[in-house]
This record gives sequence, structure tokens and C-alpha cells, in this order.
Amino acid sequence: MHWLNWITLTVIILANYLVFIWVPLEKVMGAVQKIFYFHVATAWVGFFAFFVVFIFSIFYLITKNERWDRYSAASAEIGVVFISIVILTGAIWGRAFWGQWWTWDPRLTTSLVLWFIYIAYLLFRSAIEEREKKASLSAILGIIGFLDVPVVWFSIRWWRTIHPNLMETGGKMAISPKMGVTLLLAILAFTLLYILLMTRIISLQKLADEIYRLKEEIRSHWI
Amino acid sequence: MNIVGQFLAIIRKDLQTEIRTKEILSSMLLFAFLTVVILNFAVDLKPRVLREVFPGFLWVVFIFTGLLGLNRSFKNEQENDCIYGLNLAAWESSIIYLAKTCSNLFFMLIMEVIIVPIFFIFFDLNPPSLLGIFILTIFLGTFGFTAVGTLIAALTANTKSNEILLPVILFPLIVPLILGVVQVTKGVFLNLPLESWSYWLKIILIFDLMYFLVPALLFTYLLEV
Repeated sequence: MHWLNWITLTVIILANYLVFIWVPLEKVMGAVQKIFYFHVATAWVGFFAFFVVFIFSIFYLITKNERWDRYSAASAEIGVVFISIVILTGAIWGRAFWGQWWTWDPRLTTSLVLWFIYIAYLLFRSAIEEREKKASLSAILGIIGFLDVPVVWFSIRWWRTIHPNLMETGGKMAISPKMGVTLLLAILAFTLLYILLMTRIISLQKLADEIYRLKEEIRSHWI
Repeated sequence: MNIVGQFLAIIRKDLQTEIRTKEILSSMLLFAFLTVVILNFAVDLKPRVLREVFPGFLWVVFIFTGLLGLNRSFKNEQENDCIYGLNLAAWESSIIYLAKTCSNLFFMLIMEVIIVPIFFIFFDLNPPSLLGIFILTIFLGTFGFTAVGTLIAALTANTKSNEILLPVILFPLIVPLILGVVQVTKGVFLNLPLESWSYWLKIILIFDLMYFLVPALLFTYLLEV
């Protein structure tokens, strides 16, 4: 996967160039608005990563092929990192724009709940020893957890309609074509990074399995 | 034995164990009662403010107490590998799920029937005028909680740190349910106009239905390993 490294690096550099030099400043928010490109792009990848966990969990339960379980685990790990970035950048943006670090805005809150669900998913994985059991049980959790996302989203949106919604009243942003292009490239950059990280984690897992196998072989040899 | 017979047999087994050991209900009741007392010490509110926050208190106590019962419900089956026996005896694994959900629901409802009056007495509140909807909400909320809780308890029973993992996994999942039941309970308590909270019943019903059907489908994968 040599070429993927280079493509990803190039797109990331290009995206940074667009974000920091090429794209014009937003009129109201100024330089702070640039966090938007990172925020939205990581959010997209984060949600996508959890969707991948969901799909691969179903695949695993149907086929019982260990590969799908590995992919789900890798995707969940990356998803948690990306959603952490989403929450952090969201808080910084909120502080700069609304004057407070945290608002119970539907998008932020849904991300937070998702973050909790997938951290729990990873904790759960690490708490089970046997390989096959771990795969089946965490696949069930991967399905159940993702089904919660739409319900969480709607319930929090309803909940917030009772209170003033900062996002709706003051947060509207007109996106110019240049901004649109920059955002798309940022999303592409983070998606490539996601795929790259996936391949890295999966090859790490394979190496770990190989070490485990060799250890077992040596052990059986000496006994 | 037919399906209904197996279903009833598992529930009867759970109830009989409980009648003999008295470990789940007694600890749940005592815990809930203690929490009501602690809450009274922790917050000393004016009656008007109290009515606003009371629904939240009620559900927090229900959830934390419910955890005690859920934690036991599958851990007990791990002793002497009872879960394998259950799995062999039942035609369909989903029967085990349904029966376990029902017995957990039953324990929680008994606890609530006793604790809700204690709540009213210790907080010096009158029951709401829409008593029927209040009871229905408690039932639907408890049902959703036990439906998803039973599945997660069955999952975490396979780990060593199940007592810690159960709430960590369960709480984020029940966020929509808790939002819904607290809003409805609050609407009932403050006599708010019906249309300002009745739509929350939809979210509760969707949650209940989804988290009852999907675990029933997935439960066979859980028991086969």
C-alpha cells in the first residue's frame, strides 16, 4: 500500500493549503471558522467509521469470518479518535462563536452519546479473552449501538426545541463555492487517512496474530 | 413442552429462585429506599422547584436500582454453567431472552410499586392527576430499560468486570428513552398541556419496539459461543 501513503500525504497537504491560504475568510466569524473544515470532515469520517462497524458486524454474524471482526474493531478505534476530535473542535468553535464551551446542540450531543457507545464497545472487546466469543458478542453490540443513533438524534432534537437552539438562530453560515471545494477536499483527505489507518491497524493485528501463533508453536515444541 | 410452556417455565424458575434466596428484590428495594433518603438530605427544595426535578430523581433511582437486578440476572446463570442447560432446554434462544426480560421487568415493577409511594411520602408530594398516564409511562419506560438491559446484561455476563461494564454500555444506549420518559413524567406532574409532551410517547414506543425485537433476533448468536 505504498502509493496510498503518498496520495494521502499529498491530499492532506493540499487540503491544508486550501484551508489556510486559498479559501477566503468568513465574514462574521473570521479565522475561527477555519476549524469548520476539520470539524465537519472528522465528523463525517467518525460517523462513517461507526456505520462500517455496523455493517461488518452484520457480515460477521452471517459469515463467521474473522476478517469482518478485525475490520469492525479497527474501524471502531479510528471512529473514537475522530469523534473525539469532533467534540474538541466543536467545543473550541462553540467557545469562540457562542461564548460557551458546550451547548446541548443536537449534533454535538449525538456525537457525545456516540463517543460513549463506542468507547464502551472497545472496553467490552478488551474484557473478553476468547477470540470467537469476543467477535460474536461485540458484533451484537456493534449492531445494537448503531441502531441507537437515529433515535438519539431525533430525541435530542426534540428535547432541544423546548430550549433556545443556538445553532438555528445565530449559527447559519452561507457557504461560498470556494468554501465548498475546500470542505470537499478536507473530507477527502480525512477519508483517505481513515482508509490508510484501517490498513495499518489491520496489518498490525495480523502481525500480533502471527506472533501469537509462533509463541504457541515454540511452546508446543518445548513441551 | 411447547414454546409458551418453556417461556413460563423459565419465568417460574427465576421467581422460585428469588423467593428462596431473596437476593435481588431485597437489595433493590433497600437500595432504592436509601437513595430516596439520601436525595432528601442532598437537596432541600421548595415544593415548586421540587415538582420540576422530581421526574428526574424518580428515573435516576429506577435506573440505578434496575442495574442491581440486571447484573444478577445472567451472572447467576453462569454458576455451574446453568446457561448451557437453559440453552439446551429451550427450542429457540429468543425464548430465553423473552423470559429473562419478563422476569427482570417483573422484579423492577414490584420495586417501583413499593418505591413510588415512598417517593411521594418522603418528598411530600401528591400523585399527579393524570395517574393513568403516569403509570403507563413508568411501565413503558421500565419495559424499554429491561428489554435492552437484559441483552446487555447477557453480553457483559461473559466478562470478568461485568458489574462495571453493564452501566457503561447501557447508559449511553438508553439516552433517548430517559429523555422521553422524563419529559412525559414532567408533563404529567406539572400539568403541562398535552401537546407539549405527548409526542415523546412516540420515541418511547419506537425505542421499546426496536429494543425488544432486535435483541430477540440476535440472541441466538449470543448463546451459541
